[in-house]
Amino acid sequence: MYYIDLAVTGISFGCMYAMMSVGLTLVYGLLRILHVAHAAVFALGAYVTVLVANATGSISLGFLAAVIVTPLFGMAIYRLLYEPLLKYRPDVPMIASVGLLVLMQDAFRIVFGEQGITFRSNALVFTTYNFSGITVSAVQIAIVITAAVVFTGLHLFTTRTRVGIGWRATVSKPQIAASFGIDPIRVRYLNFAIGSALAAVAGGLVALLNNLVDPGIGFVVSYKALAIIVLGGLGSVRGTLIASLVLGLVEAYGTIFIGAWLDRDAIAFLALILLLMIRPQGFTGARAA
Amino acid sequence: MSAYDVSIVSIIGINVILAVSLNLISGFCGQISLGHGAFFGAGAYAAALTMVGSGSVALAIVAALVTGSVLGIIVGFASLRVRTDFLAVTTIGVNFLFVGFVRKQSWLGGEMGISGIPATGLGAAGNMTMILLFAVATIALSFYVGRSWMGFAFRAVGEDEGAAATLGINAGAYKLAAFGIGTALAGVAGGLYAFFTQFITPDAFDFIFSVMLMAMVVIGGIGSTWGVVVAAVGLTLLPEAIRFVNDYRLLVFGGLLVLVIRLAPGGLATLMQNLFLRARRS
Repeated sequence: MYYIDLAVTGISFGCMYAMMSVGLTLVYGLLRILHVAHAAVFALGAYVTVLVANATGSISLGFLAAVIVTPLFGMAIYRLLYEPLLKYRPDVPMIASVGLLVLMQDAFRIVFGEQGITFRSNALVFTTYNFSGITVSAVQIAIVITAAVVFTGLHLFTTRTRVGIGWRATVSKPQIAASFGIDPIRVRYLNFAIGSALAAVAGGLVALLNNLVDPGIGFVVSYKALAIIVLGGLGSVRGTLIASLVLGLVEAYGTIFIGAWLDRDAIAFLALILLLMIRPQGFTGARAA
Repeated sequence: MSAYDVSIVSIIGINVILAVSLNLISGFCGQISLGHGAFFGAGAYAAALTMVGSGSVALAIVAALVTGSVLGIIVGFASLRVRTDFLAVTTIGVNFLFVGFVRKQSWLGGEMGISGIPATGLGAAGNMTMILLFAVATIALSFYVGRSWMGFAFRAVGEDEGAAATLGINAGAYKLAAFGIGTALAGVAGGLYAFFTQFITPDAFDFIFSVMLMAMVVIGGIGSTWGVVVAAVGLTLLPEAIRFVNDYRLLVFGGLLVLVIRLAPGGLATLMQNLFLRARRS
């Protein structure tokens, strides 16, 4: 039973990782930039969710606000930071992105305090269900359901709608897509908007899970997301989803087996470094490193 | 000099060694490393253990140097397999792995770190002098490497690995050399840090510290030894000089990093060069 509990934890974490990494891998696929500041977007989503939920008394309104605010922020990052840096080596915008993350992180600390903020009423966090001995919390169920809905929606959007197909076309062959009349700049904004909204949802869910948002919320998770998208073969959504679930499970079980000599947060990177040494192009090998 | 001045100068010296050595790897050779704190930490732990065990300063420095460069060469092998931003992610991983590993090791003191490292016997001012000597030596080495054939090969590899290989430059060997030299210096800086504080914890070598070092290199002008030295001194003094900056240290560092890359990607060095050229032209 204990091992099944671990699997539940692993899968719910995996779903959360997936929602936050997909935006990152899409940005890489489109612009070849490691968007480290995505973690700041994630943290912003978490803060907005808690603040609005506390102000209005409705957690759903909190999520709604986060999904509206963060895409604007994500698009602003693209417009103000990345667009002028596209002509340089890929590590130049990446270092700028790291700088932005550190700056935002400290700004959250200064504005909302070292201790962070909590939901005033968060019924979900204390609700647990018992399925013949396996304990599952309401937040874990919410995470898995949200991820399922979000990714089904994303799949339908990118395969059934004109805009979504144009988006995929631009990611795989920008010139040809442009010659078919797809505006690549609009696709970039769309990309940042959707990726940021997904990260915000993940941020809000983590806030629910911990019943706390502190300035460090995005930090470790963000670097795990970097590890995940590299593991998943940068730019590949399917690879990212698989890598997220695998990492969630590896962490859940790894904490039990090797937790005595390695931090939980370091496990992801151990897996990443091992894999990169064996397969520099990631799981799916979509693109050479 | 007051005790405060001595400690500030010592920290400046250590940061100069770290920034200049990172510049060898990331500036000269173009291999972006965001895990320099790990090599610094490895050196500090090696020196601390040696001091506790034998009490010999010279032995501790050698241990720090060897530990730093061995770890560096191992990571350098990673740079043979993965490039640019992949390498950056790998080095971030190395940093997290180092801190995560050390935290769980009881023989390394775990979360509490190692305290009561024996004094070097040189006194605070003697330590400071030793640190400054190493800093000057590091700067001199950086200039020497910059003008040597090796520096030329580093820059060739950094600019365009394929072109360098066409010229018969063994890119892999030079990358390993850059990592080996740069991380050996970081290891020494770690040893000096352990002498200076006599107390080390894993948190002093975390990823944020590596980002601060990268900020010094980028703000100074990646690849320029003088620029990096000036930035390392300036960015170490800034939080001490301005109270406001000390409270909001990361905000200022992050902000500067973003602004410099956004407005002057060449850093201070290019900025000065342009001013100089403009002055001469008019």
